[in-house]
Amino acid sequence: MRSTLLAAAAFAAAFPLPTLAGSDDNSLTVAFAREMDTLNPFLNTTREGVILSRHVWDGLVLRNQETNEYEGNLATGYTWIDDTTLEFTLREGVTFHNGEPFNADDVVFTMNFVADPDNGVNPQRNVSWIKEAVKIDDNTVLIMTDGPFPAALEFLGGPVVILPDQYFQEVGPDGFAAAPIGTGPYKLTENVPGESLTLERFADYYADGPKAIASIDTITWRTIPDANTRLAEMLSGGMDWIWQVPSDQADRLAATGRHAVVNESTMRIGYLYFDAGDRYGDTPFDDVRVRRAVSHAINREAIVENLLKGASEVVHSACFPRQFGCDTDVARYEYDPEKAKALLAEAGYADGFKIPFAAYRNRDYAEAMMSDLAAVGITPQLDYKKYAATRDQIQAGEVPFAFMTWGSYSINDVSAITSTFFKGGIDDYARDPEVIAALQEGDTITDPAEREAAYSRALNRIADEAYWLPLFSYNTNYVHATELSFTPTPDEIPTFYGASWN
Amino acid sequence: MQYGPAAFNTAKVILMLRFLLKRLGLAALVALTVSLISFSLLFLAGDPAVALAGEAATEEDIEAIRTQYGFDRPIPVQYVAWLTGAFTGDFGNSYYFNTPVIDLISDRLPTTMQLGLAGITFALLLAVPLGVIAAIRPNSLIDRFALFISVVGQAMPTFWFSLILIVIFAVNMGWVPVSGSGTWQHFILPTIVLGYFATPGIMRLTRAGMLEVLRADYIRTARAKGLNPAKVLFKHALRNAAIPVVGLAAVQLGFMLGGSIVIESIFALNGAGLLAFESINRNDFPVVQALILLFSLIYVLLTLLADLLNAWLDPRIRVA
Repeated sequence: MRSTLLAAAAFAAAFPLPTLAGSDDNSLTVAFAREMDTLNPFLNTTREGVILSRHVWDGLVLRNQETNEYEGNLATGYTWIDDTTLEFTLREGVTFHNGEPFNADDVVFTMNFVADPDNGVNPQRNVSWIKEAVKIDDNTVLIMTDGPFPAALEFLGGPVVILPDQYFQEVGPDGFAAAPIGTGPYKLTENVPGESLTLERFADYYADGPKAIASIDTITWRTIPDANTRLAEMLSGGMDWIWQVPSDQADRLAATGRHAVVNESTMRIGYLYFDAGDRYGDTPFDDVRVRRAVSHAINREAIVENLLKGASEVVHSACFPRQFGCDTDVARYEYDPEKAKALLAEAGYADGFKIPFAAYRNRDYAEAMMSDLAAVGITPQLDYKKYAATRDQIQAGEVPFAFMTWGSYSINDVSAITSTFFKGGIDDYARDPEVIAALQEGDTITDPAEREAAYSRALNRIADEAYWLPLFSYNTNYVHATELSFTPTPDEIPTFYGASWN
Repeated sequence: MQYGPAAFNTAKVILMLRFLLKRLGLAALVALTVSLISFSLLFLAGDPAVALAGEAATEEDIEAIRTQYGFDRPIPVQYVAWLTGAFTGDFGNSYYFNTPVIDLISDRLPTTMQLGLAGITFALLLAVPLGVIAAIRPNSLIDRFALFISVVGQAMPTFWFSLILIVIFAVNMGWVPVSGSGTWQHFILPTIVLGYFATPGIMRLTRAGMLEVLRADYIRTARAKGLNPAKVLFKHALRNAAIPVVGLAAVQLGFMLGGSIVIESIFALNGAGLLAFESINRNDFPVVQALILLFSLIYVLLTLLADLLNAWLDPRIRVA
C-alpha cells in the first residue's frame, strides 16, 4: 500500500502541472469550439472570427451596447450628407500594430477593395451596399452607398473593419491572413492552426475611443471542439473563461464557488414558419385560422421556463426585440389549446391533420412543440437534419412547416432578419405584397422615424396573418473564474479588452 | 527449421512474387472501390454550396458558389476529375480554409501518426505479457483478470472512457493536462484510450496462440531436452505464437490511424482524425474525400503488409 502511494506521489512529481492560467501573470486563457476558416476578417464566416475581429481591428464606428448610439471609433464623427453619402472625420494619431500610421488612404483602400465582388468577401451582404469611398483630405473620407442604405452604420460598426493599405498590398490577401495587422486593442502574435492563438495587448492603443484600453496582457485563445473537455479544463483550472455552457452544467460549475456564471440573451431567435404562400403546395396553412390555431397551441412560456431558461424570453414579432425597428406591440397569440381546437374546427380540421415538419437544432424544443400540437390533433412528422440540408430544402420550397432560428449576424437592425425572410426571396414562404412593399420602404429610406413606421406596418401584418410564429430568444451561459471581471453583451460578441483580474 | 527466412530459394521467391502481385491488385481494387463509394455518399448529405455560402448568404451567393466550384457538373465527371488530381497529390482546396487539402493533411497527419504508434506500443506492452501469463496459467486468477480487461475494453465506448480518465487523472488528481498537444504529457491519456481499444484482440490472440504452441510436440521435446524454461517460452513458443499477433497489430494500427477521430476531438489534439470530424460537420467535401481515401489506403497497405509478413514467415499461407 505504501509503495503504491509512493509511486503515485513520484508520478505526480514527475508531471508538473500545466501553467495555471490566471491572475498571477495577468494572462487569460479562453476556449472556443471552432477553428476559424481564416484570420482574414473579410473572409471569415465563423462567430469566432467576428469575436477576433473585434479585438484585432477597429471599425469607423462602434455601437454602444447600452444606448444603441453609434460612437466614433476610428472616426471621430460622421454625417449623412444625403441619402447615399456618409462623411467621416477620422481620428488622428492612430497607428496599426506594425507602426503604419492610420489615415484616409486606409479607409478608401479598404472600402474599395471589399466592395469589389472579385475580391470575394464572404458573406457579400456585409459589403454589397458599398459603392465606393473617396478621400477628401488625410482625415476626411466620403463613403457612397449603392442606393439608400440606412443600416450602413451598423455594418461599419460591425463586420466592416479597416485594413492597413500599405501592409495589405505588400503581403497580399494570403500573406495578410497568415500575419494579420489591425489597429485594435490586441495584436495577434502567434497562430498554431487548429490549436491556439495568442493575443497581446497593443500598448499604443488610443485612449479616448469607445473600446476600453485592455487590462489583460496576454490572451491564449484555444480551440477545444468538445464541450465536455472545455468543462473539464474549466474544472481543472486550466481555463479562465468559456461560454455556451448548457444551463444544467453551468449550475454545477457555479456550485463549486470557483466559477462565476453569467447569463445573457443573444440576438438569435427561434421561429416556426408556415407555407402560407403556397410555395410547397396546398396545405391546411393556406387558411389563416389554422396558422393562428398552431400559434395558440404552442406553450412557448413553458419551453422558455423549462428548457431555455436564463435570459431567454418569448418573442411576438418576427425580429429580436432590441433590434432597431423591431416593433413588439403586435398581435399576440397566448397559449390556449381550446381556442386552437375551436379555430381548427372552424377551418374544417376538427380531426386535425398530418404535416411534414423540419428542424435542425434543439431537438428537445422541437419535440415539446410537437407534443403541444398533438394535444390539439395536429401530427407533425419530424424530419431532423443538419442545417445545410434543411436550409437547402427550405429554399427549394420543399418544406411546408419548420422550426428554424436566426441570429441576424449580430446586426442590430430588423433589415437583417425581417427583410431577409419576408421580401419575396427564396426564404419567404408568405410572399405577401403588402409586407414586401413595407420592408422595401424601410430598407431604403434614411429617416429613422419613417423607417420604424414602415417596419411596424410589416411586422403587424406578419403577426396578424400569423405567417411566422416567433418563439423565443436564445441565451448563452458565460462561465469564468470568479476573480475575473467580465461583462457579456447581448450582441453575442464577448470582448476581453473590457475584462480584468480583480 | 519449419518456419522462417532460412528456407530461401528460387521457388519461394516466385511463389512470393505471385502472392505479392495478387494481393497488390486486390488492395488497389479495394482502395478504388472505397474512394468511389465515399465520393458518391457525400453527395447525398446535402448541398455543399449552401453550407459553403454560410447563414447570411443570398440566392445569388449560393448560385455563384455552385458554378465556381463545379457542383453543377454531373457527379461522374466530378469523380473522374477528382481521382485524376488525387494521383498527383492534388485534392483541390478545402472549401472551409480555402487552402490546399494536401497541406492541411500533411500538417495534421504527424499528430495522428504519433498517437497511433504510441497507442499500438501501449497495446502491445500491455496485451502481450498479459496474454502470455494467461496462457501459462489458464483459468488462474490472472487469466480471469486478463479476460475481464478484454471484455471491458471491448464494451466501453471510447468517449466515455476518455472522459472518465480526464475526470480522474486531469481534474481530480491534476497529474496530466486535460487537453491539447503542447507536451508529451498531453499524449498520455489519449494513448491509453486508443491503445486500450486494441488490447483485447491482441491479448486474446496471444493467449490462444501460446496455448496452442505450448501443447506442440517441439515444445515438449525442448522441455524434455532440459532447456531453460524461460528460453523455451520466449525463444521457441512466443516467437511462433507471435506471427498472427504481428499481423493483427498491423491491422489494428491501421484502424487506429483512421479511428482516432473521437479521441482527437475529446482531447483537442489537432490531428487528421479531428480534421475529418470537423470537415464532415462543415460539409468540407475535398478534405473528407481525401481523408477517407488516405485512411483506407493506410488500412489497405498495413493489411497487405501483414499478409506478406505472414506469408514470408509461414509458407502454408502463400501456397494457399
